[in-house]
Amino acid sequence: MPARRTPFGAAGGGPRKGAALRRAWAGPLAAAAIIAAVPAQAAAAPDPAHGKQIYDRCLACHAVAHDRVGPRHCGLKGRQAGSMPGFEYSDAMRATGFTWNRQTLDRFLTDPLGVVPGTTMTYDGIKDARERRDLVAYLLSLPPCGGR
Amino acid sequence: MTDTQPDFQAPDLPAEDNGLILPRRSFLRGAGTLTLSAAAVAMLAGCESAAAGSSASAADVSILNTALGAELEAIAAYQVGAESGLLRKPVLDLAVQFQGHHKEHADLLAKTVRSLGGRPVDAKKTYDFPVDQLKSQNDVLGFAAGLEKGAVSAYLGAVPLFQNRDLAKAAASILGDEAMHWAVLRNALGQNPVPVAFVS
Repeated sequence: MPARRTPFGAAGGGPRKGAALRRAWAGPLAAAAIIAAVPAQAAAAPDPAHGKQIYDRCLACHAVAHDRVGPRHCGLKGRQAGSMPGFEYSDAMRATGFTWNRQTLDRFLTDPLGVVPGTTMTYDGIKDARERRDLVAYLLSLPPCGGR
Repeated sequence: MTDTQPDFQAPDLPAEDNGLILPRRSFLRGAGTLTLSAAAVAMLAGCESAAAGSSASAADVSILNTALGAELEAIAAYQVGAESGLLRKPVLDLAVQFQGHHKEHADLLAKTVRSLGGRPVDAKKTYDFPVDQLKSQNDVLGFAAGLEKGAVSAYLGAVPLFQNRDLAKAAASILGDEAMHWAVLRNALGQNPVPVAFVS
């Protein structure tokens, strides 16, 4: 079961548990555990269904099938940034030269204003790598535009 | 739809025919007493001092304008819901009240943008809402709840970006209001009104 997320990071069970964990990490068994855990985490497949839940955070400004404060997301995979006809993008977004794919979406969603200064997507970003990975998987799974 | 939002007329339905059970009805009545006026929010957050100069930046104006655009769309969305004929009292009254909050947010945001030397964004002439998917009161409530949940996330994502802390405080004040909307709408849908300890 994944660690519960809080505004301060993953919930770890408080200072006492944290101290115990630190002691454990100093030992050789902990090193073995790290070696075993890292490949498993890296190999975890993106979960678009979880990404759809994360997408709820975008719903004040975005929709899949139509433009709102932000542009529609249908057919996002492989689209040139700032290219949805009829949507008024910032100059900054049009100038990125991005093509939306896993790498560019991951980079942008980490820190939208840091990556594209001047974008009107004034949002702090999705800081949790797993949440971002799954959101990107969902966005890239969306069908082409053209019908509800 | 035009960018002029007329007041709506609530259909006169018997109190029993409202789709809400008593505890929720009481809950809805209580929520109304927590409303702050835009002036109170402005005073609370010190927007007047922020507008006087200090640390607000062009980036802050951009954040405010993005929020304003979303508020204007929320006003229009509640208008669609109220005019759908699908909402019954007291849910209809609730929608009107929440739309009023969004109008207050929009007014304050626009005023602050102007005070900072910016130009507030205008409401769109038309908005594209999934009206074909709204067949019942619960559909409308679910649609509104989704927007409110998104608004909570949007403000949460905007608060840390403000250079001016007074503006961040004002945005956090609005975030709290949106979170109350979301909770009340969930309650009206028969869902756990506060399903998590932290919003994201």
